Order: sequence, then structure tokens, then C-alpha cells
Amino acid sequence: MIKFDQVTKVYGDKVKAVDNVSFDVPEGNIVVFLGPSGCGKTTTLRMVNRLETITDGKIFVNGTDVNSLNEIELRRKIGYVIQHNGLFPNMTIEDNVMAVPNLIGWDRKKKADRYKYLMDLVGLNPDEYRKRYPHELSGGQQQRVGIARAMAADPPVMLMDEPFGALDPVIRTRIQNEFLQIQQEVKKTILFVSHDIDEAIKMGDAIAIFQNGKLMQYDSPSELLAHPKNEFVREFVGKDRALKSLSLHTVEDLISERMLRKLDGNENSNKKTISVETNLRDALSILLNQEADQLVVQANNKLVGAMKIDDVEAYLHQHIK
Amino acid sequence: MNDLLNYMLENQTSIWTYSVEHLQLVGLAVFIAIAIGLPLGIYLTTNEELAETVLQVANIIMTIPSIALFGIMIPILSVINQGIGFVPAVIALILYSQLPIIRNTYVAINNVDPNIRDAAIGLGMNTMQRLLRVEIPNALPIIMAGVRQAVVMNIGIGAIAAFIGAGGLGVLINQGISRSNTTMVLAGAIAISLLAIVTDGLLGLLQKRMTPKGFQQ
Amino acid sequence: MKNKRLLSFVIKLILFTLVASFFAWSFKSGYYQLIIDDSEGFIFLLKQHINMVLLSILLAIVLAIPMGILVTRPKFQKLQWLFMNIANLGQTIPSLAILALAMTWMGIGFKPAVFALFLYSLLPILRNTVAGIKSIDPNLLDAAKGIGYTPAQILLKIELPNAAYPIMAGIRTAVVINIGTAALAYLVGGGGLGDWIFTGIMMRDNSYLLSGAIPVTLLALLADQLVRFIEKLVISKGLRQSITISD
Repeated sequence: MIKFDQVTKVYGDKVKAVDNVSFDVPEGNIVVFLGPSGCGKTTTLRMVNRLETITDGKIFVNGTDVNSLNEIELRRKIGYVIQHNGLFPNMTIEDNVMAVPNLIGWDRKKKADRYKYLMDLVGLNPDEYRKRYPHELSGGQQQRVGIARAMAADPPVMLMDEPFGALDPVIRTRIQNEFLQIQQEVKKTILFVSHDIDEAIKMGDAIAIFQNGKLMQYDSPSELLAHPKNEFVREFVGKDRALKSLSLHTVEDLISERMLRKLDGNENSNKKTISVETNLRDALSILLNQEADQLVVQANNKLVGAMKIDDVEAYLHQHIK
Repeated sequence: MNDLLNYMLENQTSIWTYSVEHLQLVGLAVFIAIAIGLPLGIYLTTNEELAETVLQVANIIMTIPSIALFGIMIPILSVINQGIGFVPAVIALILYSQLPIIRNTYVAINNVDPNIRDAAIGLGMNTMQRLLRVEIPNALPIIMAGVRQAVVMNIGIGAIAAFIGAGGLGVLINQGISRSNTTMVLAGAIAISLLAIVTDGLLGLLQKRMTPKGFQQ
Repeated sequence: MKNKRLLSFVIKLILFTLVASFFAWSFKSGYYQLIIDDSEGFIFLLKQHINMVLLSILLAIVLAIPMGILVTRPKFQKLQWLFMNIANLGQTIPSLAILALAMTWMGIGFKPAVFALFLYSLLPILRNTVAGIKSIDPNLLDAAKGIGYTPAQILLKIELPNAAYPIMAGIRTAVVINIGTAALAYLVGGGGLGDWIFTGIMMRDNSYLLSGAIPVTLLALLADQLVRFIEKLVISKGLRQSITISD
């Protein structure tokens, strides 16, 4: 869907912000651009909708060279979300969300339906927020509106530049989850800039990790964690990469390979019930924090068995080295 | 152009005298205005309600055109036989200076970083010490900006005060107009402009020097 | 707390009493009789005054805002420094000096007066337009560009609406200064209500003084309020300050 072909960006005469980067992004995937600040991830993103000019190489969106298109038309067909949401303070929430449809002149009925659909999608009441202004909303709500605005004209591709970076951790986690659910429904092709490895693992179908303008590794999160290609990637993903990779696996994965323990009748043991969709990192942290000695697993409203810390450990040894 | 230079050279003593007169008028007015405005501005930070009233009144005074204010004051001050001359001019200039001085003092003291204030309290300073050693020094650049604004504005209004007999450089324009002597008008206009620009520049330098090094950014 | 409120109230009361007694005294002394006796003359001068102000302000707005827009475009960045410095320097020059300079250059009459007022009004509007546009959060412009606004759309839908508050404040400052300066236009033969004020000063006649000065003052206060009202209409509600809400 998006193809980077030997893309280079040079500032001034010498400074290579992006250096000969090539990779493909399949349709419907989220690819997270990861790296320290100044590594070229944001520049790479901004070349896709030509907010930055491409010095050398080509970027194709859906088979078309972006440089062959009118830049204004191009941008209207690509959703764009930035860290500080960039909502227009002089416009109501409705006008903000409908910014692009207003530009391309949709009729009233179409806009009204789309506004309602989008606000429902991001979990905000369409009528309650319609006439309100950005400053009346919390940071999390503003970011939701920012996402709705980016999706307004139903662009197949979305660019997100640290969209959740300014939110506090609790809200960030919540919006990340919501966004993944939205993505299940809309299946956009998304380029997502982040400097947070945990966010990258959680959000990305693939991760592109940059250093000094060069693409260090482009792989699925599990591949990246299991086989970091070089010292830089290994260091960036951190010493606890084994632990991090647990978040890519759910209790369901564990069940498919190991029998769960029988539920014992002992009322005194400290138990906690979790769903099969819980990821193993969260499960492990509950056990380690001594919130429970064993976890009771629930699937389809039935309790299917129990698991202990040993089970997670065994799984870890089997799958992640 | 030559006429102008000749005129200015020939009359340099009187231009000099008018300039000194002008600066005396402005200087006295601003001095009194600071003596009133600074303590008032500081006090207002402890009384929100009054602050609103005072700033509103100062705002309204600022809106009154200067020649109209002179026109209003002449009948009033005539009652004590001071309708024209130095007294109404000084009073008007004091009134106009109040807004920039009070407002800037009030805003500057209110904006002193609460952490700095907390630290001062933590060090055991009493209210007076805190005011003199922490709050005023931190607020000084902004207060100074208010004073500078007042002075420059007053040089302009002081020129108009010549029409009510307060002297100063405005006299050149006043007499020039009544004698249809454009050279004299021009000389007056240029002298007043230079006075304002130079004073503004000097006060700007002073303001910079009064800004603690740590603040300059 | 109660004492503070009381003090505030007492001061308000004193000020109100002073103003009220001034008006009572001046009415009783018949100082406004002139406005009624020579109503034709009064209306003539008032019209002249308003014409001067309106003409110069409109010209200033029409020139200063586009100029401010121009020097904030990336192509003209270099001019910005020059323009801002001229505007700052120009504002230190007293209004009387500008009027006098206009007169020595253009002679006496309505035209030099309007020209001087126009020049003097340019500065605050230009300065505030530039400052207003420059103070817009770059993220907004990036977002607007990123979702496909053309440069013209960014200017009309993002930059100008978000800079509306400082621009309107500049216009308000210009209008108020302008009404006061127009009262000096009499000196360069431009007419206006200053005519009566200066006559009053020369003849030591309280009737002329107050019949000129009070209407000019009311005009300035009224114009200030009028522009404030227009501000409310043209500035988006979204730009009014308010407490930020946390999640």
C-alpha cells in the first residue's frame, strides 16, 4: 500500500535526516516508526504527505508516486494526526471533524451522517460536543476528536505523529486500546511515529526502527524482540525484551499449548479471575505483585481452569529466548 | 531643509530651554505618578475587588482624549484660579500615567512565580522583606516597562499642554501655527519626536540593565 | 474580606459622586447651552470629527492588515523586522508632532488631518496583526497544512480568525487614539470638535470648553465600547479563555 524506495532527505547541503530508506507497508497494517529524537522517523512520515520534500528516491501510495500528485489533493486523501492534536481553536468540534469534507464540498446530509458515525466511533456523543470548542475538552477528548478529523473523508492511509505522546499514562493506555478496536473496524493503513517501545509493541503490526536517518530493522514486534539485528536495536528495545514480548501473547496462546490446572476447591488460596484475552505480561504482573497466587481463567463466561507463575515461566522458555 | 537647520541653530538656546521645561513637566508628573501608582499597584494585589475597580477607572481615564481632559479640567481648576498653566498639565500627566504604572506593577507582582514566593516564606522572610527582596526585584523589569510607557506617552501629551500655557516644546508648534511659520512648526515637531525617541531608547537600556541576568531571554 | 469589599464600594461611590457632581455643577452653570443654541454648528463639527476618524481608520485597516499579512509570509520574512521597527519607532512619535509634520508637508485643511490620523492608526493595527499572526501555535498551521488546506485557506480560516483578538485590539487602540488626535485637527485646519475646545481655551470660555470636551470624551468612550462589541461578534467563542479541563 505504501512503498518507500531508496528515500533520502537532505537538509541544507550535508545533513542527512533520512538516508536511503526502503520498505513496504502492506494494506491494513499499522507500522510504527520508532527511534530516539532526531533519528529521522518524523521526517520520513512527513515526506509521505509532502510536508517535507523528498530529496531523493520515491514514495508510492497505492502504486502512485506521491510526487506526481497535487500536494493539496494528496493531503486531503491522507489522514493526519499530530501530538498536540492541532485542533483549530476557532472552530467548533463539528467544524473541526468536518474540516476535510468541508474543503472538498460534501453535501449536508453526507456530512451529518459521517459526523455522527465518526463521533460514535471515537466514543464521544455527537450532539453533546457538536457546538463546543476544543478548549472545553480534556486532552484525551481532544485527541479523540483529532482522530475523528483524520478519518473524516475516509482516507485509506493515515499518518500519526506521536498522537498519544502528550497524554498521561492512564489515558494513553485507554486511548491506545480504543484505537486498536477502531482499527479492527476501519482497517486503515497507518504509519505511526513513537519513541516508546512499549507503545510500538502494542500498536504495531510491524516496527521500523531508525537511527541517524537509517532504517536499522523493519520487522514484526515479536521478530524485533526475539532477534534484534544489531547492538543499537538490542539496546533500544531494552534488556527486558523477553518480558516485553510477553505482551504479544495472550492467555489463550498459553492454553493452546499447555493444559490449565484444575480449579481446586481451596477457599483460602488467593485467586483472581482473568479473561483468556488478557496478555501474558499483565497476567504475570498480577502474579508477581502478589495480588493472587493463581489466576482463574474465564472464557465465554465459563471458568476453564487456573494458572500459576510456573506456567508463564514455562511458556516463556518455550517461546522466547 | 536649510531653513530648518538655520532656525534650529539660531534658536538652540530657546529649544534647549523648552526641552528642559518639557522634561521637568514630564519628570515631575511621572515621579508623583510612581509615588502613587507603585504602592497602589502593590496594595491591589491583596484586594482583587478594588483592583478591578481601579484598573477600570484608569482604563477610562486613558480613553479620554488629552485635549478633552484639559478642556474639562480648566473649568474645574479655574475655581481655585489654576485653570491654565503648569498645574492642570501636571495633574493630567499624573492621571494618564496611572494606568501603565498601576497595571504593570499589579500584573508583575501577581505574576511572580509562586515557587519563589514559597521559597521566600520558607526562608523565614516576613511580608515586608519578601516584598522588598523578592517580589519587587523580580517584578522590576515589567514595572520599568510601565514607567517607560508612561514617560513616552507623557512627552507627547506634554507637547499638547503647551496650548494651555504649560510651556515646553509644544510652544514652538503653538507659536509656529499662530504665526504661520512652518519652519518653527517643523522644528518643534522634530524636537519633540527626537526627545520621545531618545528618552524611549535610554529608558529601554535602563530597563535592560535592571533585568536580572537570569531573566534575560 | 468584608472590609476590602467595603473599601472598594466606598471608592466607587466617591468616584461616582465626583463625576455626578461635576455634571450637576456644569449643567447648572449652563455650560452645555451652546450645544442647544448652536446645534447646527455642533452637528457640523461632530460630523467633521466622525468623518475624519472613520475615513482615516478605514484607510488604515485596509492597508495595515494586508501589510501585516504580507510581512508574515515566509517570502517576506526579512521585511518583517524593518516594518516592526518602523511601527515601534513611529508609535513613540507624539501625535501632535505627526499632525504638525503633515501640515508642513501638505498645508492646512481636512486632507493633512486625515493623512496624519491615517498614518498614526496604521502603526498599532500593523503591529498587532503581525504579532497576532506570529503568535499562532505552529502545530495548528502544521495540522491545517497536513490535512490539505491551501495557503489561502490557512490564511482565511486559521490565521486570521485565530489572530482576530490582537488585530481587533489594535483597531480599538487606533480608534481611541484617533478620536483624541482628531480633536487636535483644528490646529491644522481640519475642523472637528477640537474647534470648540481650542476656542474655549483661547477665550477662557467654559461653555465652549465643555461643549467640545465632553462630547469628544463621550465619543471616545462610546467608540471603545462599540469596538469591544464588534470584537464579541467577530471573534470565535472558542478563543475566549477558559479553564482547561482534565480527564
